[in-house]
Amino acid sequence: MGSTSSEQQKNLLSKIATNHGHGEDSPYFDGWKAYDENPYHPTKNPDGVIQMGLAENQLCFDFIEDWIKRNPQASICTTEGIQEFKDTAIFQDYHGLPAFREAVAKFMGKVRGERVRFDPDRIVMGGGSTGANEMITFCLADPGDAFLIPSPYYPAFDRDLRWRTGVQLLPIICESSNDFKITKAALEMAYEKAQQANINVKGLMIINPSNPLGTILDKETLQTIVSFINQKNIHLICDEIYAATVFSQPKFISIAEIIEGDGSCNPNLIHIVYSLSKDMGFPGFRVGIIYSYNDEVVNCARKMSSFGLVSTQTQHLIASMLSDDEFIGKFIIENSNRLATRYKNIRRELDKVSIGCLKSNAGLFCWMDLRKLLKEPTLQEEMVLWGKIIKEVKLNFSPGSSFHCYEPGWFRVCFANMDDETMEIALKRLQKFVKRSKEKRCGSKEEILQKQSSAKHLIS
Amino acid sequence: MRAPKKGRRQSSEGDNEEEEDELLQFLGPAEGTQEREDKAEKGPTLLKKEYNQSVRWQEYEKNPYDEVKNPDGIIQMGLAENQLSFHLLESWLSRNPDAAGFKRDGESIFKELALFQDYHGLPAFKNAMVEFMAEIRGNKVSFDPKKLVLAAGATSANETLMFCLAEPGEAFLLPTPYYPGFDRDLKWRTGVEIVPIHCSSSNSFQITQSALEEAYKQAQKNNLKVKGVLITNPSNPLGTTITREEINLLINFVSAKEINLISDEIYSGTVFDSPGFISVQEAIKDRNLEGTDVAKRVHIVYSLSKDLGLPGFRVGAIYSNDEMVVAAATKMSSFGLVSSQTQYLLSVMLSDKKFTSNYISENRRKLQERHDMLVSGLERVGISCLKSNAGLFSWVDMKHLLSSNTFDAEMELWKKFLYKVGLNISPGSSCHCSEPGWFRVCFANMSEETLKISLKRVKSFVESTKASNSDVGGSKSPRSSRRRSLTKWVLRLSYHDRESER
Repeated sequence: MGSTSSEQQKNLLSKIATNHGHGEDSPYFDGWKAYDENPYHPTKNPDGVIQMGLAENQLCFDFIEDWIKRNPQASICTTEGIQEFKDTAIFQDYHGLPAFREAVAKFMGKVRGERVRFDPDRIVMGGGSTGANEMITFCLADPGDAFLIPSPYYPAFDRDLRWRTGVQLLPIICESSNDFKITKAALEMAYEKAQQANINVKGLMIINPSNPLGTILDKETLQTIVSFINQKNIHLICDEIYAATVFSQPKFISIAEIIEGDGSCNPNLIHIVYSLSKDMGFPGFRVGIIYSYNDEVVNCARKMSSFGLVSTQTQHLIASMLSDDEFIGKFIIENSNRLATRYKNIRRELDKVSIGCLKSNAGLFCWMDLRKLLKEPTLQEEMVLWGKIIKEVKLNFSPGSSFHCYEPGWFRVCFANMDDETMEIALKRLQKFVKRSKEKRCGSKEEILQKQSSAKHLIS
Repeated sequence: MRAPKKGRRQSSEGDNEEEEDELLQFLGPAEGTQEREDKAEKGPTLLKKEYNQSVRWQEYEKNPYDEVKNPDGIIQMGLAENQLSFHLLESWLSRNPDAAGFKRDGESIFKELALFQDYHGLPAFKNAMVEFMAEIRGNKVSFDPKKLVLAAGATSANETLMFCLAEPGEAFLLPTPYYPGFDRDLKWRTGVEIVPIHCSSSNSFQITQSALEEAYKQAQKNNLKVKGVLITNPSNPLGTTITREEINLLINFVSAKEINLISDEIYSGTVFDSPGFISVQEAIKDRNLEGTDVAKRVHIVYSLSKDLGLPGFRVGAIYSNDEMVVAAATKMSSFGLVSSQTQYLLSVMLSDKKFTSNYISENRRKLQERHDMLVSGLERVGISCLKSNAGLFSWVDMKHLLSSNTFDAEMELWKKFLYKVGLNISPGSSCHCSEPGWFRVCFANMSEETLKISLKRVKSFVESTKASNSDVGGSKSPRSSRRRSLTKWVLRLSYHDRESER
């Protein structure tokens, strides 16, 4: 009865509900499971797994909590706040609270050093950037159409952009030989491949600053991309959710800066996805944004945003917080400084054991080069190494293959989701592991040399 | 003879010449306007087809009523909001500032909440939600928090269920009249179709066996695989709760056809009068179907937008006995999670049992009062409403005010109400009602004074209509009967013309 009944049940569900499009079978999530089963705690479980696979920004909460304390009316828990409660609670207009849109537009401009201004009327809400990315895909593409996307890329895009939309993702292969830069040749190759396979390319998705690389796109690359999409008449979606995590030079260049004053670019093709989850550290509040230069897309996305509006309670809080110019000005600098300190610290400790990372200046993670710890440059060996890192070293790193990286041996390692003490312990564990691995390799090298010399001795 | 085109006409006093003129107008299809929705045209090449926003909102927004600033403005009676019990929420908030202030036991938990994005939801919130749902149902049934999936409002919950249960091109049967937003929520991005189960005023719009069978047949005729039935209980726009007979009929039907039953119960807390509310969960229990395959195909949609009056907070939920549906819907909820800030506030509020029990009874009492005010006010001017016991609106019968028994006449009346009477009410055709002349009129989204003013306006309108009818030469009756026969004759003529044009 059991299996027949469950087969019948399965038939009652849609293909989407029963396929693996949600992507949770990826190794990216296996590490999380290992962490969930044995999470590190400084006193209760000091030998547990340290979570370095979660790109969260926990470095500035003290700063933010102080603001919350000083501004209780933003949280509707004061008499003044309560008076606004009713209007906030019944407001379900998908345009969003005007104060919210204005505050977000202003914040986006500040994060880009006031080099561009954003129009509050183009701000559309989404259920986090997860919801926003799916929504922009629904607006721009039909089932079977494709987006090009540079690899390595954030694993959950496989779900966000493809699962319910039926859209395909075609990778643009980027290589370590040129620091994973996006080249014109790679763009053309990916597009050509799609043409040959009769796949209709609708757009190009870029993540800038990049997850998992932590690097930003330079002006030349951005211009190459802009002329590419204009030439092919396809959309450009720029996921800029890490914009405020840029912690050192060179300065971040938003797509908004590139197209401003560029008469050759068709603005109707340009769309930005934003969120407060990484820059502010508020993934729980589900503040996702679509900013499009295309009026029709703004209108369509706005109607679709009904499926993932931001709670007005949260809109109210965010409007208040982001309008506090003094606080925000200080926050942006403090956030950047703390990230820079963390990054420098990691690089220094890794240098001690000759482990390198891709040179980066943004994000909440580094792209660590562990290729020399692989027995062979294969995906299998990457999985073996990863297994060791989780089980023996008790660190949850994310293997490059889960980011669709074509070169084995790269790992994304998050550094902003823990305190200084935990970071220190994590780095010590890694250093120990690297030294042990080297000893083993040296040991086996010595064994080989000994065997060779005794063999020679026998022969001579 | 070519049927003349229907033009956009300026609002005018309903003088007879114009009314006759209108009888010669091209008469639209008998079905509601949404039936004419373009399936063919895709719209701009780079975009999916947009969902068409109604013009009604725009008119109201241009000229909204305000007691002081714009006393002649349009009164919004098309918005099903519950504004009657805010004072209860506000007083709770003032007594419990920590809940909104990110504090637990006096300690700040801001960081914990800001980082919480687990799609399983805040356990304390889900526990509080299921207890609240049970309390609304008189604790006759209980709910398991593990079977509850959170969503960004019922809008998102309904769409997610469609994604989980149907392929593009498959269909759900819905009894008419139904909430217009379903055309977007259930169909737009999912590609799922809606096939109406026609209900008629002859039996108070109850769902019948023959209507169900007819709808199913219609779907098959159009090559649409039926995946389930979706009901709204209590009903929007009718304001009635489903009867025991209907729910049993539905359970038997979905069981026989091996399809799903979705019960959108977002108005469950607005039942203010007998007969009581029978949740589908209760019906399953009463028939000893718990744990069976039938029970696995029954899903409930809930929300706090109507019962608690918090549409802005986007709190929706799916409740399912099928663990595969729960698993799939949980993953999909990533696209529309409830803000942790909101989950926390409401977990504290709904865990306060003193508050919830007082709120539930007080809310019901106020809704009853308001409902009675509207219904009796309309009765006094000869307008009757469908007998109802729930919801934030009444289903009003204005057939006798139509110039003809047509949807065009309904639109004409709607425009009169909007521009002349200054009331934005919802025409039945927008709810896919198969009979012209019904309107949904909301009563819980305004103050008592504003409702009184609305009733005064209706009274003036009805009286002036009567007056103008008797003013124009001779007694009313012969003229009306001549108009009626003229109507039939013209109708027949226009209809034949349309036929020949096809």
